[in-house]
Amino acid sequence: MVNLKINNINVTVTDDITILEAAQQYNINIPTLCYYPDLHINSDCRICVVEIEGYKGLKTACSTPVREGMNILTNTPKILNSRKTITELILSNHDASCTSCIRNMSCELQSLAKNLGININRFENVLEKKEIDDHNPSLVRNANRCIKCGRCIDVCKDVQAMHVLESMGRGHEMEIKPAFGRYLSDEFCTFCGQCANVCPVGAIIEKDNTDIVWEKLYDSNYHVMVQVAPAVRVSIGEEIGLETGLISNGKLVSAIKRLGFNNVYDTDFSADLTIMEEGTELINRIKTGGVLPLLTSCCPGWINLAEQEYPEILPHISSCKSPQQMFGTLAKTYFAEKENMDPKKIYVVSIMPCTAKKYEATRRELRIDNKTPDVDIVLTTRELGKMFRQMGIDFNQIDEVEFDNPFGISTGAAALFGATGGVTEAALRTVYEILNEKPLEDINFTSVRGMKGIKETEIKLGDLNVKVAVSHSLSNARILIEEVIAGTSPYSFIEIMACPGGCIGGGGQPYGTTNEVRLERIASTYLVDGNMVYRKSHENPSIKKLYKDYLIEPNSSMAHHLLHTKYSPKNI
Amino acid sequence: MFLQKILESYPISEDYLLEILLDIDKQKENHYISKEEITLISNHLGIKESHVCSVVSFYTLLSTNPRGKYIIQICKDVPCYLNDDFNVLKTVENELNIRVNDTTRNQKFTLEYTACIGCCDEAPAIRINNITYTNLTKDKVVNIISDYKEGKHD
Amino acid sequence: MIEQIELTKRFNKIDPQSINDFLEFDGYKVFKKVLTMNSNEIINEIALSKITGRGGAGFPVSIKMSSFANETGVKYIVCNADEGEPGNFKDRYLMEKDPHQVIEGILISAYSTGASKGFIYIRGEYSKSIDIIRHSIKEAYKNNYLGDNILGSNFSFELEIRRGAGAYICGEEFALIESIEGKPGRTRVKPPFPTQQGVFNKPTLINNVETFCNLPFILRIGGNEYSKIGSEYATGTKLISLTGNVNNKGLYEVPYGRTIREVIEILGGGVKDNKEIGMVQLGGACGAIIPESLLDMDIDNEKFAIFDSKMGAGAIIVMDESFDLFDILLKNMEFFQHETCGKCMPCREGHIQVLNLIKKFVRYSATKDDYLSLESLANVIHETTLCGLGQTSMTSILSTIKFFQEEYQQRIRESLFKEGY
Repeated sequence: MVNLKINNINVTVTDDITILEAAQQYNINIPTLCYYPDLHINSDCRICVVEIEGYKGLKTACSTPVREGMNILTNTPKILNSRKTITELILSNHDASCTSCIRNMSCELQSLAKNLGININRFENVLEKKEIDDHNPSLVRNANRCIKCGRCIDVCKDVQAMHVLESMGRGHEMEIKPAFGRYLSDEFCTFCGQCANVCPVGAIIEKDNTDIVWEKLYDSNYHVMVQVAPAVRVSIGEEIGLETGLISNGKLVSAIKRLGFNNVYDTDFSADLTIMEEGTELINRIKTGGVLPLLTSCCPGWINLAEQEYPEILPHISSCKSPQQMFGTLAKTYFAEKENMDPKKIYVVSIMPCTAKKYEATRRELRIDNKTPDVDIVLTTRELGKMFRQMGIDFNQIDEVEFDNPFGISTGAAALFGATGGVTEAALRTVYEILNEKPLEDINFTSVRGMKGIKETEIKLGDLNVKVAVSHSLSNARILIEEVIAGTSPYSFIEIMACPGGCIGGGGQPYGTTNEVRLERIASTYLVDGNMVYRKSHENPSIKKLYKDYLIEPNSSMAHHLLHTKYSPKNI
Repeated sequence: MFLQKILESYPISEDYLLEILLDIDKQKENHYISKEEITLISNHLGIKESHVCSVVSFYTLLSTNPRGKYIIQICKDVPCYLNDDFNVLKTVENELNIRVNDTTRNQKFTLEYTACIGCCDEAPAIRINNITYTNLTKDKVVNIISDYKEGKHD
Repeated sequence: MIEQIELTKRFNKIDPQSINDFLEFDGYKVFKKVLTMNSNEIINEIALSKITGRGGAGFPVSIKMSSFANETGVKYIVCNADEGEPGNFKDRYLMEKDPHQVIEGILISAYSTGASKGFIYIRGEYSKSIDIIRHSIKEAYKNNYLGDNILGSNFSFELEIRRGAGAYICGEEFALIESIEGKPGRTRVKPPFPTQQGVFNKPTLINNVETFCNLPFILRIGGNEYSKIGSEYATGTKLISLTGNVNNKGLYEVPYGRTIREVIEILGGGVKDNKEIGMVQLGGACGAIIPESLLDMDIDNEKFAIFDSKMGAGAIIVMDESFDLFDILLKNMEFFQHETCGKCMPCREGHIQVLNLIKKFVRYSATKDDYLSLESLANVIHETTLCGLGQTSMTSILSTIKFFQEEYQQRIRESLFKEGY
């Protein structure tokens, strides 16, 4: 422990932390801008500067370790003036049309300027206008708003090992962009959207589809239905200003209904269906000596990575469509037939924690009869929040409503899809019971839960001891994939999710998704599971009925036709 | 192919990237690194194109745009300025009929600024490819450029 | 006579391309002696010499060396030959006129600290230095001054050239380290320091060319003797790059403690064309600009504290009375605006604004508010930037605000009348 003084307050902290962390422990607020808890300390913005007695110049609190006897001041006139000057400088090279920016009121630069009391900018605006890249279905990159804090580079490079975004050029001309200034669509970008999630300003944002949805909602030619992904119910609260990790089910459904959707359905339902199909695929591959390990296919960011960089891994990936796409298919086939509706008039909207899902919905492989897309449009959790705000919906003022049927009943297993390890746990609950023909003693596979990068477990399936692994974030995915390609992978089943923490940490989730926040959303996810009547996918009565009425059995030719897909290598 | 030769002259390790790029620049008549070369280098070293681009775009001796056979670099820093009583830059611009950062139409010359080249004791100075010319006078500059124009260094 | 010849003693007396010439002129003699000493003895001599780094920051060399010597495992020596500060050329001379002296200094450091590999990072513009050092390294390998079991000892050492590619910032130690790793030269956050985690995240001792060249000298005459050369604040000799409007521009080796005026008047032969001295910039573009009245100051870092700056790498740029302060500041700011790496925000966004403000002074359109903005911005850049570039780039402005205040005020007054100029 070391003793120091911050603003004349005696502070005692461990010796392995920074001044910023020490100040936070004592509720002393030091403003920051480029700092992001789980990423590198780049110390680039210099906003968190403090004065330390006996030190030359100002020092950044984020990067300076505490030392015994330090005497630190955090808000002298000199410091305040420095912070204001730096903020003015940043604003002088920034497209500060705040009121027409999607980040208005959620922008970290804007709130910094407000808190510092910037009411004039002494410096000439030197912004040189650059082209906006909106050439892909998922993300929009607006370099005019970029403040070059480097967070996007860090997630793209270190967390995701993608290296799409880099700093190009030098000095004032430096820009953050892909190689050769290419569009993201011309890059090996997975559209995971982690860059958009950590961007402090509006320089990388999801492609906003809310206007299209509003139009469809008021277009009487369409029957507009919506599905809500598992991870959204534990994060939407944050988006609308409620507490982190809040579980909203009934209120979420109720609020979405108020937006005007004809039906509000649950992607958890098709997650259960995925388990039936993928689980059966696993059992078949094990029984018939098929290609193992079987790799999950729910995550479109991961599928993009595999198609772009690892063509030899494609036979390992489950042929199952993702839950989002299975839902869309059923809506436009099973539901349409049942309700005697023209599938072309059914408009399927998804609410996803994910920006890559926007891309997935546009894939040519994922269409009914090669024409009509399974899913018409995808909104992120953040866009749903925007629609709530546009409509003026207040969660405190609305009742709780249940999801509509037939796609409204789900299990705890499906709810787990939102968290890393969840698909694995859900699959094991079902595969074990089907193969071993006896109930599991403990359905909680705690060894695959949590934020550890790569997790594994072992389970007895029939006569075999089967090893299973789980990874989240693409840098971890690469480790497991490269083992598979090298032929050294000891696993039979691997769950891969592109985003840290799984879908609850997706690129379309509310801003401020730090690992601390991820853990809270994960905790809520397990609470949702624990509170469910059914906790195993194969026990879902609606699923049973679907097979009985329509699909016959898992992996039937009907199921294959509707619920499975193919992958092919991609080049830039 | 010359690129393969350069690549093979270094261990396969990403820290040799800058050395490789400098060698390519030196060997290519138009002194630039092409997209295709960037792809080949990144594959060879097992690094990402974005990284190579980031490096090329950071250093002023490297370029991704074709330049002239001879790159004339004019020092613009104080010690040269103090001794420049005839305006080196204007003289060269007039001789070549181009402005700084331009390339002549015959692709022979590119005119660039450079940061101090450490010849301040013999200022003013310019650098043409790897050769430094110092203690310049107007006549000297005119003669140097005309030698190059006439192909005496080709 | 105010010269003391040691680092430059072989200049123009040997063929720099010939290791035999060097050997005949006592070359590698000190290194051979050092091979019989142990690490502590060597570093102790260096500590006694009180030598400080010659690259500009002036940090005590022995402190860096002993903390580096205590590190275990793979570690590297780096010779910083990215001399890019306008007005400096001493390292170029050291490399081009006595290259083996540099290598000898590196070898002494490596042997005394247990490093097994070294890099000489030379800026890409120094084509001739690169050729000469490359040749000298080859010769040193051939004669077993580099390589395995050097001169039959247990000491092995590899030395490699790395070229810069046009980036002043790579003179900053972490930017240089990044560049050696094949990356853009953008600095890293400290701590950890290079002696803890430098090249490839291994402990790295990084020194300026001139610093290395001093080591054979120190170990030849002993630390105690060495410490007697110079002033009470700084020991040894300093290479001064004297440029500008003086009669005898050139490189001079002088003991610390001489005054700036002595160097300009005696060695430089005074100002050309019988003009008066207008201003003198010390250290290079990153150094203070002072008026004639301050020239009796000693050349050593301690004294320079009043400029909130240091002697830097040893440039003295003399400007005669005909030059305009703001033209000079414009040149300085254009330089830094071009060379800022772009990593930290006050440096990246600040220099362009400083440049804009200085342009207003040059064009006689500056107001009092512009002056206040300039002063405030220069202080913020100086105080808050991440590395030495931004911390020192404002010295010329801050020093002239102090010593040439009247010129600023006059320019503002004149601007009132010359609006539209």
